[in-house]
Amino acid sequence: MSDQVEDAVRDADGSATGLSTAPLDVDDAGTAPVGIGVVGWLRWAWRSLTSMRTALVLLFLLAVASVPGSVFPQRGTDPVKVTQYLADDPKGVWLDRLGMFDVFASPWFAAIYLLLFISLAGCVIPRSLQHWKAMRARPPAAPRNLARLPEHRRIEASAPPADVLTSAAAHLRSRRWRVDVADDSVAAEKGYSRETGNLVFHLALLLLLLGVALGSLGGFRGNVVVREGSSFANTLSQFDSFAPGRGFDPASLSPFSFTLDDFSAQFERGGSQNGAPREFTADVTLTREPGAAPEKVRIEVNEPLVVNGEKVFLVGHGFAPTITVKDKDGQIVFRDSVVCLPQDGNFTSTCVVKVPDASPQLGLTGFFLPTAAVDDVRGPHSTFPAADDPAVFLSAWEGDLGLDDGRPQSVFKLETAKMTRLGIDAMRPGESWTLPDGQTVTFDGYVEFASFAVARDPGKEVALVASIAAMAGLALSLLVRRRRVWVRVAPGAAGTTVVDVAGLTRSEHASVADEVDELASALGSPPAQSSTHEQGASE
Amino acid sequence: MTVNLAFAELSRDLVYAAMAVYTIAMFTFAVSFAATKGRDLVPATAGASGAGAAEGGVAVATRTEVALGGPDDGALPPGRRSANIAMAITWLGTILLAGGLLFRGLSVMRAPWGNMYEFSITSALAIAATFLLISLKRDVRWLGLFVLPTVLLILGLAVTVLYVEAAQLVPALRNYWLVIHVSAATVCAGAFSLGAALSALFLVADSAEKRAAEGRSYWLSGLAKRLPESTKLDGMAYRIHAFMFPLWTFTIIAGAIWAENAWGRYWGWDPKETWAFITWVGYAAYLHARATAGWKGRKAAYIAFVAYGCFVFNYFGVNILMSGLHSYGGLR
Repeated sequence: MSDQVEDAVRDADGSATGLSTAPLDVDDAGTAPVGIGVVGWLRWAWRSLTSMRTALVLLFLLAVASVPGSVFPQRGTDPVKVTQYLADDPKGVWLDRLGMFDVFASPWFAAIYLLLFISLAGCVIPRSLQHWKAMRARPPAAPRNLARLPEHRRIEASAPPADVLTSAAAHLRSRRWRVDVADDSVAAEKGYSRETGNLVFHLALLLLLLGVALGSLGGFRGNVVVREGSSFANTLSQFDSFAPGRGFDPASLSPFSFTLDDFSAQFERGGSQNGAPREFTADVTLTREPGAAPEKVRIEVNEPLVVNGEKVFLVGHGFAPTITVKDKDGQIVFRDSVVCLPQDGNFTSTCVVKVPDASPQLGLTGFFLPTAAVDDVRGPHSTFPAADDPAVFLSAWEGDLGLDDGRPQSVFKLETAKMTRLGIDAMRPGESWTLPDGQTVTFDGYVEFASFAVARDPGKEVALVASIAAMAGLALSLLVRRRRVWVRVAPGAAGTTVVDVAGLTRSEHASVADEVDELASALGSPPAQSSTHEQGASE
Repeated sequence: MTVNLAFAELSRDLVYAAMAVYTIAMFTFAVSFAATKGRDLVPATAGASGAGAAEGGVAVATRTEVALGGPDDGALPPGRRSANIAMAITWLGTILLAGGLLFRGLSVMRAPWGNMYEFSITSALAIAATFLLISLKRDVRWLGLFVLPTVLLILGLAVTVLYVEAAQLVPALRNYWLVIHVSAATVCAGAFSLGAALSALFLVADSAEKRAAEGRSYWLSGLAKRLPESTKLDGMAYRIHAFMFPLWTFTIIAGAIWAENAWGRYWGWDPKETWAFITWVGYAAYLHARATAGWKGRKAAYIAFVAYGCFVFNYFGVNILMSGLHSYGGLR
């Protein structure tokens, strides 16, 4: 039977006799009411919002609204790039006002998904109540003329009508159909889990939104750079950057601390993947809470450290050259391992050293190169990410660092407005550079640093449960078919019984043909002279 | 860990061999397609299949005799023999391609899903395998002419533009979630490609049938009459999409679980994640459109295209054009 015919029959039955297994396709959102006052308009607005067509439009809007989030740099993922974009492009200010650098936290994005979720709730909650009733309703009685239905078989049974009905009911019950037996007919229905799955899926999406909200309200995420030999204590002041949720209480930070004993990175050597990272490990000594015994643990990529519901992830690394500055009398005025920011895959890193205790104040800027090379085009750069041949290239500046006027300053930027340049030099480990005024700068060596992200997301379990429920619901709603089967008996010639078996499904492009066939052949055999045994195979 | 160069080379040879075999299969399918007589775009007697119902008698749907074939050679309709040969060649090509993928994996002793070359040959294999699996249950020989060019195009891109030497993975990818997340994603890639192809064929067949009913000509009617009815194509496209949508959802969830483990957040609106979300919304819109009055049929098929476009962009565009955490295509 062709699908058009099936559609026609379905539609006719769906509207006329209510046999259809699908919810009625009522779509009265298109026409506005006339002269029914405020309540009427509100009802119309609510019906419009909760209609499938509106949901469809909102889905489209949601997809389109996400696009700029992948085109423009986002504050949430890459704030440095946003700053760069704003500095490069004067039109960026307008993009910023439109929220293009924070799409997923912008009011208009929120407006779309909140409308979508309201529309969803308005559609799904009434449908759940309806389905709750439908689940306990009896299958609709057999229609008078089963031959009108898309799947229909007429067979002959030798048993009396009542026995045929009994065995039909038994056959269907053993296959877990919901069965009603009437005087001369049997009605059965199956596949309620289709609508159950559909509703579970949509309700799970609401739960997922709740999980996301819980996480962004009560969670936090912080980043910290730790040099080898240095320690980190999990308190607010120790983080380099910290993004708490609105409802997050800093006092609830887990009181652990750790020391980075050793960081090691392995890279591919040779071949087309030369320099590609192969292994990162950070060995730390962890103290879970003040007074607890220290323990040695290893943090790797994909292997975060879990402490009291907070996770510590290894997210980056780099080099910190150890620089010593002595005044002209040989007194140490500065000695530290300075974190340098990696600029490329080979860890050409930019360094800034501020020496406020020198007089006059001294500033150094330049590069740390793990595997040093110099050429005319690129200047000093690194050719491999591991420290095979480390060197620093530093310029020295003398004057006022500008630290005393109270303005906050980035530790990664030297304010050279009130300084004069003394010169530039390259140093290998152990080498020193004597400045014109007699001060010396020594490159003692380097340590590696690792950057860690510490995060807690109290909503993630909710989100996971919601996702699994959504997927299970989706699978049920798309793979289960809801269908109805009827059997009608009438006494035939010579003590036989004429049996009509018919089925109906509204699930898209599904068929009950096989089940109707199976039931028919269980109940009797085809009348001798007819060709009804040519079973319909619509595919 | 080192790379077994002999295996890597064998893998490459097998992929090239598969491409050669697929090319032969494609031409054989083309010969078969051209030889097929085709059907009437306008049903000879309107509603013939529904006649039983109209008469108030017994609904009868006869299985087309062609599908059953026959033991005697003379009974084979035109184009059937070459189609059978093409199917056999496609099986051979798919076995070779599977071998190529297997040895690629063995050469580095990991699941071969670390860069775009490896994803691409896996997707090509997924498309061919899906086609062959469907062919075990249904007569989809007519589809071969559309599946094989797709497979060859993907393999061609893989061995030329996307090729990278076999190598170990960067640490972020070294996780069993890679196997789960990426294998699901590549199966989706294969099946969504088939779904898009079927939607395109549905549009062609639908246009041809409508014009034929109005007595107008259509430049693609020669193609359309060798295809199944438009409703059947639409149904197949729907079934593939409906079956794949939960798997795509799973792919995203598996990715989120992995992301939580690697980066400390399960969702961060990285470009790849954003486009995976857009694709998901696109296919959700397709499924909703099919249940919405006024959006069934052609409009729904267009939505499926847009969603597929997003999927393809997520694969090629995001890896090549955008920088993010997923930029490990291996291309520099």
